[in-house]
Amino acid sequence: MAGSALAVEPVRVGSKAFTESVILGELATQLCNNAGVTTIHRSQLGGTRILWDALLAGQIDIYPEYTGTIIQELIPGTPQNTPAIKAALQQRGIGMTRPLGFNDTYALGVPEALARQLNLHSISDLRGQPRLRFGFSNEFLNRKDGWPVVQTIYALPQTNVTGLDHDLAYRAVSSGSIDVIDLYSTDAEIDFYHLRVLDDDRHVFPAYEAVYLYRLDLRDRAPAVIKAIARLEGAIDAPHMIEMNASSKLQKVPEAKVASQFLAEQLHVKTTPQVDGMTAQLLLRTREHLLLVGISLAGSIILAIPLGVFAFLWPRVGQIILAVVAVIYTIPSLALLVFMIPLLGIGTLPAIIALFLYGLLPIVRNTHAGLSGIAPSLRESAIVLGLSPSARLLKIELPLASPSILAGIKTTAVINVGMATIGALIGAGGYGQPILTGIRLADNRLILLGAIPAAVLALVVQGGFGLLEKWVVPRGLRIKSRG
Amino acid sequence: MFRIDSVSKSYADEPALDGVSLTIAPGETTVLIGPSGSGKSTLFGLLTGLLKPDAGIVYFCERDISRGSLRELRQRIGYVIQDGGLFPHLTGRANVSLMATCLRWPKSNIESRIDELLELTRLSAQVLDRYPAEMSGGQRQRVALVRALMLEADVLLLDEPLGALDPIVRAELQQELAKIFRRLRKTVVLITHDLGEAAFFADRIVLLRHGRVVQTGSIDDLLGSPADDFVRQFVHAQQMTGVRS
Repeated sequence: MAGSALAVEPVRVGSKAFTESVILGELATQLCNNAGVTTIHRSQLGGTRILWDALLAGQIDIYPEYTGTIIQELIPGTPQNTPAIKAALQQRGIGMTRPLGFNDTYALGVPEALARQLNLHSISDLRGQPRLRFGFSNEFLNRKDGWPVVQTIYALPQTNVTGLDHDLAYRAVSSGSIDVIDLYSTDAEIDFYHLRVLDDDRHVFPAYEAVYLYRLDLRDRAPAVIKAIARLEGAIDAPHMIEMNASSKLQKVPEAKVASQFLAEQLHVKTTPQVDGMTAQLLLRTREHLLLVGISLAGSIILAIPLGVFAFLWPRVGQIILAVVAVIYTIPSLALLVFMIPLLGIGTLPAIIALFLYGLLPIVRNTHAGLSGIAPSLRESAIVLGLSPSARLLKIELPLASPSILAGIKTTAVINVGMATIGALIGAGGYGQPILTGIRLADNRLILLGAIPAAVLALVVQGGFGLLEKWVVPRGLRIKSRG
Repeated sequence: MFRIDSVSKSYADEPALDGVSLTIAPGETTVLIGPSGSGKSTLFGLLTGLLKPDAGIVYFCERDISRGSLRELRQRIGYVIQDGGLFPHLTGRANVSLMATCLRWPKSNIESRIDELLELTRLSAQVLDRYPAEMSGGQRQRVALVRALMLEADVLLLDEPLGALDPIVRAELQQELAKIFRRLRKTVVLITHDLGEAAFFADRIVLLRHGRVVQTGSIDDLLGSPADDFVRQFVHAQQMTGVRS
């Protein structure tokens, strides 16, 4: 994590939550460090929207992007030529490198053996093979720039077209149950399954040239960085990218090592990749996770109990409070995180705030329910005894409601332990980090490295609250009446 | 002590008290009796200020209780309800000393006052260290009485104080309560639905029905010169169940 006592803030490279992006992020990070600028890599920060917002907000300085994505999603309506894209980016304080040398666009793939047999090189060659069976991802099948336009422009006669999951498509084509699939042109699986990528000779698919986007203020802050990443312009061709994707995804080589190897072989740059051991990683993730859960839970408790009391004392305002915390609870976590990037950026703080907000509902509701559930005879006894309203609340009502309040806190704590794993999407670390990496690499061991400690922590929290109950809930409320 | 002046109170258009006027004399034991729904508990609610009258005024020591501090009034009232109303999260001792502690009585005063009241109610000090859930029904009522008397209240309001007890404990506690009332010479207002109990305690019985006072007087008045057929029937029905021996 950042925060070392440097005079200058380190440069921060971001990457999206898929292997190619992480490798590109790692390449930039290592090159910048090699150029003498302290640079950290906030890897797999989630999707395009999070990275772009974080770049605009100055939470990261550099991240790898694709020209097609810039035109289609980031600045819609930009003409498809480099000067126009550059100008549009510049208005937002963002610069763009020249293309890195490969185009990660949609493509069609055919098993190498079949391609040789039928002499298939380009998509046009498919026109003469009406009996081929096509299997496409559902997204490709329905996108305007997907199958519909391919079919029209190439005038393809095939009728046997099925929609299926992208990962399953590779298996289906390798087992011979389909013949042609859609793919991303740098997918690691292309080599693994011996597929031939057909040439898009009519240029139907838009270009998805890989580039780096960076904040223009780097020119003043760290000009060496821009020079360093410029070394990657035109340096990575499609076969090399496929090879790097494959060694990370299929041979499970850590991205840092993959990147370092590429830099040594292609650019003759020596870097030392940082790869954490399992124990070190587990300790780091545990610390991060506890930080997320602990601080957010403390915040929830401090705000939610008074809110619950308030809702109980003033029922009309109370209805609004209960409704608001319930609505907050229903906001999808990813949406909440994205909303917060412009305000709080990425990292630990927005994750803690999100968890804190989600944690309010169970505690507010249980505090309110606990207070409302006090027997009227006890409430009246306290009033008639002559106690002041504050003494009634502190000495009678809150202690009587304590089992319910504690149950609410326990619910929040257990939910938080699970929910905190999404913190990894915006760079807050925690057990979500190995889970996210594991999902990306289809590596069950990594997923378990995050999932098991999270489950254990949830159990520990559950058990801990059992003990806490003995201490917090007055003994008189825990014994059974003699009648 | 209390003067209730043409007080009415209704819940959702259902009258619970309908123009009741009543004076509760100091030093006397007044028993409110009547079938359920007759307005006994509503009357208690008005005396303690838990309820506000729709019409009429409740005076305590000739002061309108709707003006001035209810909290001060309540500290002069001792209140015991059917199951005692003890706070389950506090020991007997904490229940009893709660209010005195809030008023910052010196510890030694609290201790000596508790000792006095333990003696009066013939309760052992050990019982006070238990939680309400660990006490018997009779013990709970005694502890509740100690709590009610702690601040030297001028008036004791008891809402069916023996209602939840089994017959043997009930008879025993009835005797003791009567002794305590005689010793303290305090103003006592007691709610019951049992004529026998009313006769046992009362200097004066107030018979209520449908939110109105039907008859006031001693038990002999009620038996000897019932005000109307309802009083005759009520007395008769209670005698038939054999509660009054």
